[in-house]
Amino acid sequence: MIDRQTRKRLLKTVANRVIACADELTDLDRAIGDGDHGANMRRGFEAVLAAVDDLSAKSFGESLKGVGTTLVMKVGGASGPLYGTLFLSLGKSLADEVDREQVVDAFVAAIEAVKARGKSDIGQKTMLDVLYPVLGVLRESGEDLPARLKTVARLAAESTIPMKAIRGRASFLGERSIGHMDPGARSAALMVDAVVDVMEGFA
Amino acid sequence: MKGNVGIVIVSHSADVARGTALMVEQMVGREVPLGWCGGDPDGGLGTSVEAILAAIDKAWSEQGVAILVDLGGAETNSEMAIEMLPESRRSRVVVCNAPVVEGAVMAATEAASGAPLDVVRRTAEELTPA
Repeated sequence: MIDRQTRKRLLKTVANRVIACADELTDLDRAIGDGDHGANMRRGFEAVLAAVDDLSAKSFGESLKGVGTTLVMKVGGASGPLYGTLFLSLGKSLADEVDREQVVDAFVAAIEAVKARGKSDIGQKTMLDVLYPVLGVLRESGEDLPARLKTVARLAAESTIPMKAIRGRASFLGERSIGHMDPGARSAALMVDAVVDVMEGFA
Repeated sequence: MKGNVGIVIVSHSADVARGTALMVEQMVGREVPLGWCGGDPDGGLGTSVEAILAAIDKAWSEQGVAILVDLGGAETNSEMAIEMLPESRRSRVVVCNAPVVEGAVMAATEAASGAPLDVVRRTAEELTPA
């Protein structure tokens, strides 16, 4: 049961984690993009924090949709519609009572929505390269699920380092995008890590 | 006929958007409804869905609106803005796959002739008058 308190803790933890790492995200983006990912995500999630009481007062689905809309309106880069679409889609699928199977289904739909929004796919050096492996582990379930989710998110973000960017500003660099972690993959991994911390009761 | 197709210019830079709008006006005067925006919600380089929605509203025409964008985020944010429009308007707004300055001037010139939305879009994308 994702009650109001859990919803609030979830939104605050994710938002604070992204905000705390904003400079790192900007540095990653400066290497292969336009250097605004950190600042954009900070602006978006500061708006989420500012509205966290209102957002978490709603049902889990509605609060996720609220996060999505806030990111769409406030981020100011392509990550706004991309993460906005992710949260809007998750919000459409998830209710207060939620089990792993439902999260898997919600994740499948959300990944499809992000693919459509970004006209992108797996292996193109984007946030999808984190979301998809995380979905794989969610599907497997089994022992130590939280720890494995965190590990796969981190390793998946690192796996974007040798990839060549096909979408987004980084694709302008072609071969030169190889050797840098994708900032969107990193921010996606940060969020997965924060969500797992809340689910384990560490945050 | 209910007026000409509207043109919206979306750039990461407010200066580029404003400059492009001036070039469009020089070409077609005020015959074409025109909206433009540039910059993120804090005024830095970037694009804002809120500002794009406002620009579409400003350039609204029953004939539809053609949006010209510069780089990726402008396109993604414009597509998001279109989805957030009331359903009655959604199908009458398109993003043109064209360079923002040349595309906007070509699209507006075509729009000023009273051409429908699909023709305006094609002209912008092919950079050749219909």
